[in-house]
Amino acid sequence: MDLPLDYETLRIIWWGLLGIILIGFAVTDGFDMGVGALLPFVARTDAEKRVTITTIGPVWEGNQVWLVLGGGAIFAAFPLVYAVSFSGFYLAMFATLFALILRPVAFKYRSKRNDPRWRAMWDWALFIGGFVPALIFGVAVGNALQGVPFRFDDTLRMTYEGNFWGLLNPFALLCGLTSVAMLVMHGAAWLGLKADDPVRSRARGIGMIAALLSLVLFALGGIWIMQSGMGYVINGAIAPNTPANPHLYDVSLQAGGWLANYSVYPWMIAAPAIGLLGAALAFVGLWLRSEPVAFTGSSLSAAGIIASVGASMYPFILPSSLDPGSSLTAWSASSSHLTLFIMLIVTVVFLPIVLAYTAWAFKVMWGRVTAEDINRDPHAVY
Amino acid sequence: MIDMSVVDLSRWQFALTAMYHFLFVPLTLGLSFMLAVMESVYVMTGRQIWRDMTKFWGTLFGVNFAMGVATGIVMEFQFGMNWAYYSHYVGDIFGAPLAIEGLMAFFLEATLVGLFFFGWDRMSKLGHLAVTWLVALGSNLSALWILIANGWMQNPVGAEFNPATQRMEVVDFAAVLFNPVAQAKFVHTVSAGYVTAAVFVLGVSAYYLLRKKNVGFARRSFAVAAAFGLASSLSVVVLGDESGYTLTDNQRMKLAALEAMWETEPAPAGLALFAIPDVENRVNRYEIKIPWVLGLIATRSVDQPVTGILELVAIAESRIENGIAADTALQVLRTDPNNAEAREAFELHKRDLGYAHLLRRYVDDPADATPQQIQQAAWDTVPNVTLLFWAFRFMAGLGFFFVGLFAVAFFMASIRSCSFKPLLWAAVLAIPLPWIAAEFGWVLAEMGRQPWIIDGVLPTFLGVSSLDRNTVLVSLVGFVLIYSTLFIIEMGLMLRLIKAGPYAHDGHGAGAAPLAPGAAVPAE
Repeated sequence: MDLPLDYETLRIIWWGLLGIILIGFAVTDGFDMGVGALLPFVARTDAEKRVTITTIGPVWEGNQVWLVLGGGAIFAAFPLVYAVSFSGFYLAMFATLFALILRPVAFKYRSKRNDPRWRAMWDWALFIGGFVPALIFGVAVGNALQGVPFRFDDTLRMTYEGNFWGLLNPFALLCGLTSVAMLVMHGAAWLGLKADDPVRSRARGIGMIAALLSLVLFALGGIWIMQSGMGYVINGAIAPNTPANPHLYDVSLQAGGWLANYSVYPWMIAAPAIGLLGAALAFVGLWLRSEPVAFTGSSLSAAGIIASVGASMYPFILPSSLDPGSSLTAWSASSSHLTLFIMLIVTVVFLPIVLAYTAWAFKVMWGRVTAEDINRDPHAVY
Repeated sequence: MIDMSVVDLSRWQFALTAMYHFLFVPLTLGLSFMLAVMESVYVMTGRQIWRDMTKFWGTLFGVNFAMGVATGIVMEFQFGMNWAYYSHYVGDIFGAPLAIEGLMAFFLEATLVGLFFFGWDRMSKLGHLAVTWLVALGSNLSALWILIANGWMQNPVGAEFNPATQRMEVVDFAAVLFNPVAQAKFVHTVSAGYVTAAVFVLGVSAYYLLRKKNVGFARRSFAVAAAFGLASSLSVVVLGDESGYTLTDNQRMKLAALEAMWETEPAPAGLALFAIPDVENRVNRYEIKIPWVLGLIATRSVDQPVTGILELVAIAESRIENGIAADTALQVLRTDPNNAEAREAFELHKRDLGYAHLLRRYVDDPADATPQQIQQAAWDTVPNVTLLFWAFRFMAGLGFFFVGLFAVAFFMASIRSCSFKPLLWAAVLAIPLPWIAAEFGWVLAEMGRQPWIIDGVLPTFLGVSSLDRNTVLVSLVGFVLIYSTLFIIEMGLMLRLIKAGPYAHDGHGAGAAPLAPGAAVPAE
């Protein structure tokens, strides 16, 4: 078929777009999850809780669409990744959905009644809705890095031979904690920007610890990957336009496979560097009480950490530890040439529009939420 | 071979979570437009009461919307979780509308809904009005893309099987987009959403009028609902008929099944108003027929017959035999992609490949199937006749009831006589009915599609993930528990807010704040 972009280019573009969507999710909904996880620790009175919740109240719903878009984009661009990861991580996904179901309802229902038990129940729901997904997303990334036990038959029906408890291995838990620390740091920086004291200063204290932890845990993860020699490799040259079928690619485990890209493409080192420096910047920003700096740092750190995972694994998306030949890569798991092209056109047209009205919505809601606002303004919803 | 208990549990889970999600979707679709209409009147006339109306119905909209969002997230991921083979097999086509839905519609709706609630004092009147209209537009566009995806499951146009990737791939995206089934489903579904919202507003307003509370507020809301509802209930019935216009063998089967029409009906076909289908003996008892009507609906003519179940089963049987030839050729192509003979045989029969898959319930290799198994598989193409027959009659009957209800309500509202008690009581009692009709509609659409997950392409049982039974049982029980709990909480909150009414806070228009925390509820 004659399309203006060739198949290989489109596959790389979509691999990159997937990363951008994940970063979009972490940078926007990430602070919502961080604020949810921080709620019991930064807010004591009901008014403080309402200040905390109202900082994200008007924007979290739009932010969460990054996750929904991520689900849709993986489905459309890499259907096998969508199929294998969500059915393979079935119970972990279920736990995530359970937590995410609670969140919208908690935001909307919490302040509609005065009953303290009612409110306390939804505060817990908000905490779970922030903490649990943050942890599980990190654990999932940790498992993807190590490879996941699945294989395909010749009709590409997948069987998965792991179980839920197998996901909770030490390296994956390290990644889970990194993810929690990263999003808590990000949420704290957001509260620094948007909340009034005492929420703001409590968030500052926790945020500084979280920034240091992000830095240390992320570095530890890197050292672990270097020491363990984790990684996979595609053997032989890949003919361009090879159909998207894992059986057509020869993959094997390769010690140090996840470091290979950094010697081939040295510029990729920028990703982990930004991950580390961003966390350091967030720490400094919080320390100096310069929240815009802190928020920039935590956003950069989240972007850098996610980009590091992508750069290390490229072109792998989900390797198989059971049968490396079944591994999913940007080539072997992609949609057809035509689908990738159409979806790119749609994205090029609509993503800038989305970014424009999202920026406008943030601008309309700009400014610090204070205790006086919550008490004075009876129209505040949360 | 596939574990059928996993298939059954996965189907139950999908059906329950999807039907539950659709308790909230229709109200969002319709109420968002009604809010936009009310706020437009406010902006044009500057009269405070219309702002109060927008805010009060907006609060109820928010309570409902939160549940719609919460349950919608589940839908986005469930295909991969429980229907992994399906996701692989058709993701190249089916994933695109879902992704576009997020990008084009859900982002718009979700980003701006925050401004709808929080932005009243931060934007100009016109700015806020634009936000409200865009929320309505976003939610309705969202329905469009979801129904393009669903329409493709009913009528899979514009795609072909690619032996190299073992899946269906897009060949004509415009055909997927302009799929007539999807278009018909879209207008029918959003109209049903408008009816739902109109019945809701009409019923709640009628409750206030009966109680003689918030009378000015309720009369205006009643009038808006009556007008909006009359237009949309007419649209839902007239355009619903468009869904009956049949295109494929399997949709012909759906039509024959919902009519319990065993034998081909000669032109012009009659429509059964009542019957007791006897599935075992393949006949109907106590049948009452209206002549001509079915022929007009299904064929848009008076001279074409409507095909019956027995004839469609015979067609399915021959398609299964063709499908076996396609499947045998495909097995050769898997190991030897350049085999010209197999390629030719595959191209010749690939349209019927899905029919061979029906046999995988009984044998590993369709080529080994016995004539009895082929016949059994052909009979598998008949959906649950009794269920469809009654689901259709309840849905359509309710549709006509809504037209009548709104016609009377519209008449009473236009002569400014909203105190006719039997009408008010009917409006209150009618509140649950549009939800029941909508759920029957989905039962009809999706049970009528069985045994296929993709009509004629992939049987439902093959689409399932390789999960074990207990895993799916855990999530099914989990969903039932959390959804039941949330349902009770949601209904409780909704009733509380409705009882408290629009002026719970200060008793008069200006500054009334149904949204204010604690204000909606008398001190506890």
